Amino acid sequence: MSGLVLNNVSKQFGTFTAVENVQLSVPHGTFVCMLGPSGCGKTTLLRMIAGLDDPTSGSILLDGQDITKVPTHKRNLGMVFQSLALFPHLTVGENIAYPLRIRGAAREDQKKRVDELLALIHLTGFGDRPVSKLSGGQRQRVAIARALALSPKLFLLDEPLSALDAKLREAMQVELRQLQQKLGITTIVVTHDQREAMTMADTVVVMNGGHIRQAASPIEIYRRPADTFVADFIGSTNLIETRANSSGVATVFGNPVPGFALPDGVQTATISVRPEDVHLTAPGNGAIDGTVTFVRDLGGTIETFVETGGKQIIAVSTPRERPDVVAGQAVGIVLSPEVCVVLKQ
Amino acid sequence: MKREPPQSIADYGPLFFPAGMLLLFFVVPFGTMIAVSFFQRQEGGFYTPAFVFSNYERFLSAFFGGVLGFSLMLAVTVAICCVVLALPFTYLLTKLTRRLQVFWLVALLSVLSLSEVIIGFAWSTLLSRTAGISNLLVRTGLLDQPVALFPSFGAVLTGMVYQALPYTILVLYPAIIRLDPTLMEAARTLGSSPIRAFFNVLVPALRNTIMATLIMVFIFALGSYLLPQILGRPQHWTLSVLITDQAIYQSNMPFAAAMAVFLVLVTLGLVALTLLVGRKGEKA
Repeated sequence: MSGLVLNNVSKQFGTFTAVENVQLSVPHGTFVCMLGPSGCGKTTLLRMIAGLDDPTSGSILLDGQDITKVPTHKRNLGMVFQSLALFPHLTVGENIAYPLRIRGAAREDQKKRVDELLALIHLTGFGDRPVSKLSGGQRQRVAIARALALSPKLFLLDEPLSALDAKLREAMQVELRQLQQKLGITTIVVTHDQREAMTMADTVVVMNGGHIRQAASPIEIYRRPADTFVADFIGSTNLIETRANSSGVATVFGNPVPGFALPDGVQTATISVRPEDVHLTAPGNGAIDGTVTFVRDLGGTIETFVETGGKQIIAVSTPRERPDVVAGQAVGIVLSPEVCVVLKQ
Repeated sequence: MKREPPQSIADYGPLFFPAGMLLLFFVVPFGTMIAVSFFQRQEGGFYTPAFVFSNYERFLSAFFGGVLGFSLMLAVTVAICCVVLALPFTYLLTKLTRRLQVFWLVALLSVLSLSEVIIGFAWSTLLSRTAGISNLLVRTGLLDQPVALFPSFGAVLTGMVYQALPYTILVLYPAIIRLDPTLMEAARTLGSSPIRAFFNVLVPALRNTIMATLIMVFIFALGSYLLPQILGRPQHWTLSVLITDQAIYQSNMPFAAAMAVFLVLVTLGLVALTLLVGRKGEKA
């Protein structure tokens, strides 16, 4: 198949297993974000795809070809590093032309391609400036242009936007996604910022402890997290212990949730309910009753902390549907079965 | 920490001691030497205060010009050899594990503790016909019979490079280890083999450090006067050897001083020229 395939890839550093049996296929032209806390193995995985680290076992295939043993400089990929790694001794134009110069491209071809790329990243006319004279966002773009200079098969980015301030980062996320769609290039981005992943990716790969915990579209990851780690890592959520009662209905703190059953044979499970799916009502009208302990009014959204059965459940609502509750008030919590996601243990 | 400029004389207090030491042990002797270089030599004895240019005039001959030229050429060659050898070595050194790096750095420091005399005689043994490395080459069949590899220019060069190499590595090491390792990785992802990346990323990125190291080794090598005598023929003697000869054996202090002053001036001129060329290259 065309695209990138990781086959049972593992990487060990001494006794430490950084990546374990990773199985992943990335179809041609997709934008994948690898998301996870620091030390989860996402950067190691990216470096193995780039050929900067060798996998301990497993194989990597690009467009059906085994590239596991192919050295980095023959893999035809573009990579943007966290530090950007722009060459300090070269100008903007020379940085972008570097891969072309290495390939021995004619001087006028180099110039033409550099001008094209400068236009692509909206830096036309910056070719002769030293990289040290650029702002953070401009350097970012130059690093991207340099990586794309040879129209690589694979575009890899390691925490590319982490050095930018929040506003610029959001803008660059949109820009990067639009650029990728324009070029139709297979792209893999490593990030620890879930907003970034949600903004840009076709597929989000959530990693932890060297394993892929879930690989799916952003909305699927958010709506149907596979396990407690994913549910907790992506956005905020309420993790609630449930138990099946004698009639097969799932119960939360002893109160049955009408219409919600655990899968066959499962007695207890943890479910994830997103705070915006928790609705508050008058006491006695919901599945569970509780007491409001705190209301955090953020203007755009209102977070209500409700204590029930010794646990805390957070409900998020907008000012328009504001339930008008105050701390100390008794409320009922409505849990509709379709928002309760049963997580793997 | 206070960042404001010093306000009163007392704020300069910490500088008094080093400034005094510098004055006493550097400026005064150097001044004395400049003064002596204009003094009149008493034949067969000491010298008397005067203001004559005869010492400098005597220096302006083809013989001394040739020696000066050879000294500069030798120092430049040593500097280039050292940097060419040390640069890849130090780069590979920074890729080793911490423990191995410490081992190598300690080994290099221990070479520094050797005196020039020991280095000279060790190499003269190693390069000799009777006990030298040419015997090994005979054993392995590369040579028919052992040969004496010294005294020769090659022997002088070898000894001096050996002596200066640890300095070179220790000066390059901090700069290379501080260099962002992703620069080389980036070059590789952009299609450059590791060896090409070394030449078109690492070397240019370290340009200023390499320049500074070349100048340092050059000046270091210029002062060498023992190794050329131990490992070389008289035509391989440097100006430093002649200065020593004049000052100690010929008791011609004014002439020795004049040569030393001239050497310092030529050295400063060359360093200034190098820096000027370096700065121009940077602007272009």
